[in-house]
Amino acid sequence: MVIIASTLGYVLSSLAFNPRSNYEGGNPPIPESTIIAKLNHLGVNPDVPIVKRYATWVGNVVTGDFGLTIGEKSVNEEFSRRIWVSLRLLILGSVLGSVLGVALGVFSAVRQYGIGDRASSVASFVFLSMPVFLTAILLKYGAISFNQKIGTTFFYTIGESSADFSGGSMELFVNRLQHLMLPTLSITLGGIAFYSRYQRNAMLDVLGSDFIRTAKAKGLTNRQSLFRHGLRVAILPMATFFAYSFGLLVTGAPFTESIFAWNGMGQWFITAVQSNDINSVSAVIVFSAVLVLLSGLLADIVVAALDPRVRLR
Amino acid sequence: MSASSETVEKRLTRMALVRKRFARNKLAVAGLVILVAMFVLAFVGPFFGKHSWDSLDFFNLLQPPSREHFFGTSQIGGDVYALTLRGLQKSLIIGILVAIFSTGLAAIAGGFAGFYGGKVDRSVMWIIDALLVLPSFLIIAVMSPWFRGRTWLIFVVLLAAFGWMITARIIRSATMSLRERDFVRAAIYMGIPARKIVFRHLLPNVASILIIDATLNVGGTILSETGLSYLGFGVQPPDVSLGSLIAEGTASALTYPWLFMFAGAALVLTVLAVSFVGDGLRDAFDPGSAMGKKL
Repeated sequence: MVIIASTLGYVLSSLAFNPRSNYEGGNPPIPESTIIAKLNHLGVNPDVPIVKRYATWVGNVVTGDFGLTIGEKSVNEEFSRRIWVSLRLLILGSVLGSVLGVALGVFSAVRQYGIGDRASSVASFVFLSMPVFLTAILLKYGAISFNQKIGTTFFYTIGESSADFSGGSMELFVNRLQHLMLPTLSITLGGIAFYSRYQRNAMLDVLGSDFIRTAKAKGLTNRQSLFRHGLRVAILPMATFFAYSFGLLVTGAPFTESIFAWNGMGQWFITAVQSNDINSVSAVIVFSAVLVLLSGLLADIVVAALDPRVRLR
Repeated sequence: MSASSETVEKRLTRMALVRKRFARNKLAVAGLVILVAMFVLAFVGPFFGKHSWDSLDFFNLLQPPSREHFFGTSQIGGDVYALTLRGLQKSLIIGILVAIFSTGLAAIAGGFAGFYGGKVDRSVMWIIDALLVLPSFLIIAVMSPWFRGRTWLIFVVLLAAFGWMITARIIRSATMSLRERDFVRAAIYMGIPARKIVFRHLLPNVASILIIDATLNVGGTILSETGLSYLGFGVQPPDVSLGSLIAEGTASALTYPWLFMFAGAALVLTVLAVSFVGDGLRDAFDPGSAMGKKL
């Protein structure tokens, strides 16, 4: 799968992009021979057959070299600098989103048609219909006006830490946290909405089933039967959704990162597409394919841990 | 079917039954009303505005909503009311076209895979799995320079090409169980060609699934279309979609909220209404189904 994704990413971007545009239109114009030399240097010269370019690229990638960006920096360096920025956001966002979403779903299933259930249903419908960028923008401007009201900067809306920061490690942590809150929240809200809907339905199915009645009949309290027997079964489908939703998150990240000015993979992808940077775009696609694959693997492991039937096979 | 004691007016056709169930669902009806209102707004609304979406009013830059400009004006004097409606039109059209294309594709692929089984089935399933894992959003974004300057229909085709897989899976499993039914077997033994069996006997029997999924796909498509357009990878200027409008409006959203507020509200309301209608249709067609069984 990773191979297909990376091949598609490289071939399509090579066909669609025009890296030459970066050198054209300069004043004075750059000589033709220099442009060709540059393109050859980057390995993106459109006159070289695509199969040949692809073969060179794959050869380099296998040895761990993603080539050069359009600005002639190493893609690898850029990659390692940005990967943690993105992963911090993605992992925190997906873990928080799934845990809180499952909790909310269980809560609203147990109290079906209560006020809490109704409120959370309406809220999750709204957040599911709201694209990530709109959530992020609203959060950002809400936070800015909140900051203006209280007079100090409580929520930071730009970057992942203050550039002019000085202070101890504890203060650095707090500072990072203040930056982290909004982007994570904008990713998490969608996740909570998604998981709580599905968890609610799964839980409702389980609650009506016979084995819960049996558990209660053998003398377990309501709480015990719910958590020990009910939740364990109802949470299974969520593990499978986790793999899908991680893929969704990977696409959500470009929006959050660009709106909150985080220099992560998603934001890199956007600038790379805009500047016709074939090597960088392919690197990001490889990254997201690997992520989706890993999350699928993780989902399988979680299912196996929860479901003895799978383990036996 | 009907017992002899039943009076004639109590007998219901299936469509009437579905309609009745749908009408009982308040959220679904509300969604339908909102959706119809959005359509009317998008296609009739422009006739009530005083400016067209591509004309500029240089004497009113960044003006708040007024009687002259219902939703205010943009930095270069565009009428936000007309622009928003134009964007809404585009987003709705794209959503519906993609939903029809991708559901059609899903019906054909899933129907034939389920009917033939064996090699056909395996290869279709392989394509489905491959496409599901691919980061389709990134792939479409990568291809965006290629359809810049061409018709937006290419964008529609791309969105549809990446949107049919889950529906196709559902259709496939439905046809696999239908294949064993007597009427399909009879058709096979009568020597009716496979193409005819799929289109005349199998697909009509999963029509309810197709209708539901087409509806829900409209919402999903509008979300991904506006997302891509927001980043500048979708509908290309000078044309506008709700996504590109929101993107333009956010730069100064705090001081000039009308620039993106209306487009954002229209977007959320439309998608919300579509999902209510879709859920209502599902409940109406198949009251026993649980929502979680999808995927």
